[in-house]
Parts: sequence; C-alpha cells; structure tokens
Amino acid sequence: MTIKIIPIIAVSDTKLIKLSKDNILSLSLPEMKEIQKYFRGIKRDPTDVELETIAQTWSEHCKHKTLTGNIEFTFSGKKKIYRNLLKETVFKATQELNKPWCISVFKDNAGIIDFDDDNGIAFKVETHNHPSALEPYGGAATGIGGVIRDILGVGLGAKPLANTDIFCFGKPDLPWSKLPQGILHPKRIAKGVVAGVRDYGNRMGIPTVNGGVYFDEGYMANPLVYCGTMGIIPKDKCFKSVKSGDLILVVGGRTGRDGIHGATFSSVELDHESDVSAVQIGNPIVEKKVMDTLLIARDKNLFRGLTDCGAGGLSSAVGELAEETGARVYLDRIPLKYAGLKPWEIWVSEAQERMVMAVPPKNRAEISAVFARENVEATFIGEFTADRKLTLLFNNDVVAALDMSFLHDGVPKVTKKAVWKPVVAKKSALKPVVSRNCGQDLKDLLSSYNICSREWIIRQYDHEVQGQTVIKPLHGASLVNAGPGDAAVIWPYTVITGKQKNYKGIVLSNGLNPEYGKIDPYWMAASAIDEALRNAVAVGGDIDRIAILDNFCWGNPNKPEILGSLVRAAEACYDMAKIFGTPFISGKDSLYNEYAIGGKTYSIPAALLISAMGVVEDIRKTVTMDLKSAGNLLYIVGVTRNELGGSQFNLIRRRTGGAVPIVDATISRLAMSHMGGAIRRGLVASCHDCSEGGLAVALAEMSFAGNRGALVDLDAVPVAGTMTETEKLFSETNSRFIVEVSPENVHDFESVMAGSVTALIGSVTAGTTVRVSAHNAIVVSEKISILRACWKKTLSW
Amino acid sequence: MVKQLPRTIIIRTAGTNCDYETQAAFALAGSAADRVHINRIIEGSVTLGDYQILAIPGGFSYGDDIASGKILASELKHRLGDALQAFAVAGKPIIGICNGFQVLVKMGLLPDPAAFEQTTTLTFNDSDKFESRWVYLKRDTTAPAKTGGRARAVKCLWVSDMPDIISLPVAHGEGKFVAADKKVLDALEKNNQIVFRYCDERGNHTGYPLNPNGAANAIAGITNTAGNVFGLMPHPERYIYCWQHPSRRASEGEYGWGLNIFKNAVNFVR
Repeated sequence: MTIKIIPIIAVSDTKLIKLSKDNILSLSLPEMKEIQKYFRGIKRDPTDVELETIAQTWSEHCKHKTLTGNIEFTFSGKKKIYRNLLKETVFKATQELNKPWCISVFKDNAGIIDFDDDNGIAFKVETHNHPSALEPYGGAATGIGGVIRDILGVGLGAKPLANTDIFCFGKPDLPWSKLPQGILHPKRIAKGVVAGVRDYGNRMGIPTVNGGVYFDEGYMANPLVYCGTMGIIPKDKCFKSVKSGDLILVVGGRTGRDGIHGATFSSVELDHESDVSAVQIGNPIVEKKVMDTLLIARDKNLFRGLTDCGAGGLSSAVGELAEETGARVYLDRIPLKYAGLKPWEIWVSEAQERMVMAVPPKNRAEISAVFARENVEATFIGEFTADRKLTLLFNNDVVAALDMSFLHDGVPKVTKKAVWKPVVAKKSALKPVVSRNCGQDLKDLLSSYNICSREWIIRQYDHEVQGQTVIKPLHGASLVNAGPGDAAVIWPYTVITGKQKNYKGIVLSNGLNPEYGKIDPYWMAASAIDEALRNAVAVGGDIDRIAILDNFCWGNPNKPEILGSLVRAAEACYDMAKIFGTPFISGKDSLYNEYAIGGKTYSIPAALLISAMGVVEDIRKTVTMDLKSAGNLLYIVGVTRNELGGSQFNLIRRRTGGAVPIVDATISRLAMSHMGGAIRRGLVASCHDCSEGGLAVALAEMSFAGNRGALVDLDAVPVAGTMTETEKLFSETNSRFIVEVSPENVHDFESVMAGSVTALIGSVTAGTTVRVSAHNAIVVSEKISILRACWKKTLSW
Repeated sequence: MVKQLPRTIIIRTAGTNCDYETQAAFALAGSAADRVHINRIIEGSVTLGDYQILAIPGGFSYGDDIASGKILASELKHRLGDALQAFAVAGKPIIGICNGFQVLVKMGLLPDPAAFEQTTTLTFNDSDKFESRWVYLKRDTTAPAKTGGRARAVKCLWVSDMPDIISLPVAHGEGKFVAADKKVLDALEKNNQIVFRYCDERGNHTGYPLNPNGAANAIAGITNTAGNVFGLMPHPERYIYCWQHPSRRASEGEYGWGLNIFKNAVNFVR
C-alpha cells in the first residue's frame, strides 16, 4: 500500500502538536483538534493524503487565517474587536466605494476592472519571500511564473501584458564577517533574484515595466520579492462556472517532488536548516506554450472553469474549482516527471506551469487537439461530481474521501491579540535641521542605495517586448542618459487596435515605504497609497480611474505588537481608499517573515506594497519626467511640511526623530485631480513626483534626465510653518509634484490648478547646473553631469 | 475587385514572443500577416509558397537552450530547408529579427542562402548580460575605405527608403556578431552586406553601451548579396508608432522609423 493511515482520533494533544510539526503541516492545536473531531465523527483515522490536503487548504498562505480571523486590538488603551480585518478594512472600502467599473474583486486569482467596450484589465501581485531567501534564482523565477499563472487563470484566462517587481534586500555592502550562519549574502540574493525574474520574465515575452528596490539591513535574512502581472481579458470571459459532470483537465508541466509543502512552509520561521526542496523548479518555455494554447482554447470556448496550480498544487486548484460541486480525481493518471511519488506528494506538489480546467465532456477531443497541436501535455484526471465530496483514487483504491464543506469551511476561527502604542517624538528631535553643505547632501542621497539608479536591473529585463510600453522605466533626452520614470504606461495596441484606432492605455505604479513604518505603520500605509497614486498621476493617470492592490509583508502575527502594526496599516488602507476613491481589487499577505539567528528571532521591517493600475484615456497625452526646454517654468504642487521622520536624508545622516510624512487625502486627491487634468489637456511638458529625497532629488532627476539646467528659488516654495533650507530640500512630504510648463501654457495651467496649492519656483535653463537659492544666496549649485554620475555609480554591478 | 494584400508568414514556435507585434507591424505596412506555428508547416497544412514575405520574429525559441536560436535553426533547416532556401533564392523578402536573426545565421540562410552554411554567429554580449536599451543605427551607405570599396549604398530591399541614421531598441543577451574568420568578415564588407552598424547620435563609431554587445565591425544587421534576406538584432517592430520612442521629443508625425522596414518589403512585393 502506498498510503499511510495516520492515527489521530485517539491521540493526546501533545502528540497532535508533534504530528503537525514533524510533517510541516503548520497547523495549530485547535486546528488539529478540529480535524480530530471530524474524523472521530466519521469513525476512522485519516490517510496521509487527507491530512496533507487539509493542511494545504487550511494554510495561512491559502486561507489568510490571521487577516480573516478575530483580532482583539488595543490602541492607546482603547479596545476594538475585528471579526475579519480584511472584510472590515480593505474590502469594505471597495464595497462602500462601489465603483461601476470594478468587474471582479477579491474573489478570483486577480482583480479585474473595466478597460474599454470589449475588454477588462486584471492585475495581481504576489510574494515569493521564503523561497527567494533559500534559493534566490529559483525562488524569484517561480515567483514571477506563479503570478503570471494567476493572470492566465483569472476568469477564463487573461493575456499578460506587463510584469512588475519590487524587492527588499539587505545592505549589499554587508561585511562577510557580519553574515550569520546559513544566510546568503544580500548581494548574492539580489543578483540571484534579479536573474531569476529576468530569465523567466524575458522568456515569457512579458515586459517587466515597473518596480522598485528597497535596501534595509532588516531584510538581510528574509528578503521580500513581490512579483506582479497585469493582463487584458475579454469582458465575456471574466467569470468561470463549473458544472457537475465536467471533466478535470490538467495542462502543462508534469508533477514532481519539487515544491512539496510550499504553502505550509511559508508559515514557518526560517533558520539555517530550512529545507530547499520546498522551492519549486521553473521552466518558462513550458509556461509560454501553456499561455499560447490556453488563449486559443479560451477563444474557442472549450472550457468553462480554470485556475492555476499555485500554493498547495492540485489540492488547492481542484479544491477551489470543486468547492460547490465535488470532485473525483484519479491520482495515477497525473503525468509525473519521474516515478516513485507517493499519492499525497502528487496531490500537494507545487510543481510549476500547471493549469487546471473544467471541460464540458463534448469538448474533450477538440480541446485535446488544441494542446497537442503545439506539443503541450494535457491530461484528463477526473471529473467534477455533484456530491460535494473530494474523492481521490490511486490505482482504484480510494485514498481520500473528504466533505468539501469541512475542507473549505471547517477551519476554526482563531482569535489573536494585537496592540499598538504610538511612538511619542522627543522634544529634542524637533530642533531645526541645518546642513552646512546641501549640495553634498544631494549627491550623497542620489548615490544612496534607496535612491540611486536601478538601470543595472531595468536593462536586464526586456521592458519593451510586445512593443506596447509607451512610458518606460527609464527615459530622457538621449538614449544613454535617462532618468527614473514615475509609472509605466502600456498601450495594448496589438490587442485593441483592430479596424479602429484606439489610444487607451494602462498605467502601472507602486508605492512602498518601510522606513516610515518604523515610526508609524498607519502613515506608512497612507504614504504608500499616496505615492502609488501620485506616481500614476504624474504621467497623466486619472485619479477617478485607478484601482489599487495591497501586499502586506509582516513578521509573526502571533506577536501582539506586530499584529497591531498590521491592523494600523489596514485601517489606513480603508481611510485612504475611501477618500481617494480608489478601490482595492486584489491583495495578498505574507506573514511570519522572520528568521532565527543564534536562538534569537528577528522580524522584518513591516512592508506594505501598494500597486496601482489605472486606465489612461489617450496614451498620446501622457508625459515623462525629463525636463524638456530651456525657458520653461517650474512649479511645485502641494505644501511642503517639516517631515524628515523616516526620510532618506535622516537615514544617510544617521539622524533619528522628526515627523513622519502624513497624508491629507482630501487635499491630495484634489491636487491629483487637477494635476492629471492639466497633463491631459497638454499643458505640462514634464512632471515628477517628490518622494525619497524630497524636492531636491526630484529636481535633480528631472534635470539630468533631460540634460537641462534648473534654477529654483526655495523662498517661493509654499511651506507649513517655518522651515530651514535643508528641511525644504529633503523633507519627504507626500502629495507633491514638480511640474514644467512652457510660457504659453502658464495661464491655462494656473487656472486648471486653481484650488490646489501651486507655486512658481523657477525655470529650466540651457545651462549645465542645478542651482537652488534662498534669501538671495546659493544653497545648491551642482553640475548635472556630476549629479547623474552620483546617481548612476552605486548599483552598476 | 479589391486587390489582394501581399501575404506574410510569421513563423512561431515554443518560446517565440514577438509574433503579435511583428504581425501588427506588417499589417500597418499593408500586408495580411499570419502567425503560423512551425508544426503546421512541417505537417503540410500550410505552405510557404502561398506567401510573398517570410518573417522569423524575436523571442527565446525553445528557451534558447544550447545557444540562442540553435534548436529552431536546426529544426527549420532539417525539416523545411529546401522550401526556405527556395524562398530565399527566388528573391522573396525574408526577415529575421533578434532571435530570428540568430536563427537565420545559425542555419546558414545568411549570409549566403545559396551556400546554406553557417559562417557567422551571434554570441554573448561583451557586457555579459541581457541588454534592453535603444541604440542608433547607421545604414551603410559607403563601403569602408580599408577594403578599397567604392562608395555605394548597401543593396537591401528592406532599407531602401529610410534616413541614414535611425534609432531602434535592442533586447538580447546574445547579440554580438562574430564571423568564422577574417575572410568571411572581409567578404561581408567587400560585398556591401552590412546593412546596419551601431553608432552614436551623429553616426560616428562608438563603444558600449551604444554598441550594446561588442559586435565585430559594430554590425547590427546583415543581408545576402541579393538584398532580400535581412537579419538584424534591433527590433523595428517596436518602433512603428512615434509614442514608442523613449525620448518623445525626437519623434515627429505618428509613425516610427521601424515601420519603413516593413513598408519597404511590402512595397517591393506589391
């Protein structure tokens, strides 16, 4: 017999805990007891297949138990009970906003919004953190491979148009002597992750168009790898249905022993003995073939249900599709990479490049032919039933028989405690900040890890395959000297331009600010949302047509203060989304990001990534961030506040304290609305948002990207209260833009911006320097060639 | 009666990924372009002879396992060699872009379709990494003085109508053009088979990054002596509209220079 019976109905609690730990089930005692109760009810012990199936289905990775469970939150002495944090914050904002252009939110593999008359656009961002810590290349490659399958598996299949990637790594200059046992050096991880995304993304023919990298020593042992994919889908293909009697078809890669326990392993603290076999092995060409043929089968209407094999493998994929029907699967029919897999291994393996479909029996021959014509393996492995049971057979033996209702709804609700104590700023931290050499500060900021050029990464990704990337990650006056774009714009002309020209496009951007989270997770979340939105608006995005995604990467939620910071961030998500009018359409959480070194456990700095996707009415009316013409005028939009808390200036000067940037979403939304309007009316020559490094860095980037000088008067910058020059230059106040306007558009621009703080601060020059003055004295005067060199040198590996 | 549009076959296989935009470029240039899986040609349900233009688009055919384009080159040569050679020798336009260029040289359809032997290759970039960036290309208008050639324009139907210097994007890890020996390289020069060289904004000789791969004699694209078979590393299909250019101030009108390449071929067969 190839299966084992696991005795649980008569064992002690201690044994249950041991059983969960020894088999990497990652189930808690109450969960194990619930399983025990179920099997006592049916008067038998489970098989290994059954226990593994339950563990995968109930994993934090698949069920999001923390964010959907009960949370007792204590904040400044006040108690609040959440019954389901996601539903009461992120999802609630979407429901209350109730945007008519939201097509599918939070229920499928990706969120879908309306694009044009015929199509929707789908976006999903995933994390692949633990695998990338152990095996950076493979972990990142399968991360991108997995999120592409989410897009292929949304509705009845979307065509991927673009990838995004955001990484958090440790400091790449970490001395070897400080590297703990069992950890890969951050530079090695960074190089491996970039190579993994490059090789998988490039081979899939999907451009990687937007991203970011954040360096902090807190990510040394536990890097974060966020991978996103956006795709386009016909409106009549956005929903799936499964009918009893439909056949279960598995398409693509074969099943092997790679990636066993990926879903449950992601909830385990890493240490130097973590098992690398939990990492999957990717093969992009297999996935490319699946993509090509799946879209053909979709357009021929040959299947009506579809999902990808991700975490939990077939167990989760079939389990999801069969939730309302039931399913019978013959495990011995599943094609294997090699012989010798046990039935439970076949069922939970996270081998890559596999999709599962529900096929009406009449289409059996035709759909087989579609895949065979392009050498794609497709195998019928069972059928959807009407009994709401999951029945698994292996060589005619029943090896699992579980009720779908128990499998999907049986997981007991947990109650976790959360607490948040606001950090009170010391009075000494409020002393005015005066730097003696702001020019040096600017150069040091430009060459610092979190601001310097990402060209080394960006140019290894084919960011223009498909030919539709009309705003690229790097652009500027010449083909060699470029600056960092705020957002990418995709014009999907190969899909949408038929008989009629259609200039609609999609803007993609992101926001992430772990440094602020160390001071206040609420304002970190608010800032990430503001940053993602203003990035999209800076190229011409329309604040009325932007949807956002949340990705929470946090430490161990069983620690009340860590969960408390997560609750604060989630509350900000609700508050901000409501005022900005930007619904969340999909999200993901990755918890338990911690690592044990020498018996001590370290948690990552909490990171909330906000990814934004918006519809651009006319891609011809988008703008880039490089300064265009001498004689044009420079404006700043938004008030600058004294907010150096968590700033990159503080970081490089090893300062602490100061106020963290807040967001006044009502004012910000109005400014974004005006700003986007001005761009779409063609009144703006270039636009760049102020983020890390503040006004000074934004101005420098615009200048060296456009190879144009700039002359700015700090006295003209609208500020709140009294601020020093240093504070004005480097404060990271949200909701600000620097805008270039030609003299003939000044009048119209100012009238469009009326109602939002907008001030003329200087002009574009034909010179070769960035010059900033205050009180009739020069504060910064730096050659743009030198500023550019500072920006470019750091990450030119 | 409506005159039938010239027909283009775009051959694709596992790992081909620039087929849609190549189809869009031919369509915009006035051709009816089909994306056809290689299996259909091998099984005989599609015939190359039914088409006037043939294109092998960019991508990572078969994952570029062994070497870029190598497996597809072998498959095409051994399964469809006669038909391909006949297409080339008949003077019908053939273009190989990026991975397609790698395929053309690795099966030997370039530089001499009559010989049909590999004498050149495209290998790993000198930078040792994938390079996705825009470059300037100079259309060879004169043979270099050192080969003693007379000043005459390269004869290639694909570039007959366009300015001398254009810009296009490249995206490749193996794009460094190398000839088997000096004799082969000199012959290419002498016969005016170099179509595009990497150059700077003014057309002068340049190094990395504007020569993104360290190609011999800065070669970005070559043709056969008849001028109908054309292979190049840059992607003309990614610059058919002006908005695709990274510094948009350089663009005028609605279209990009890449479109001319496709138009030249379509006009040639029309």
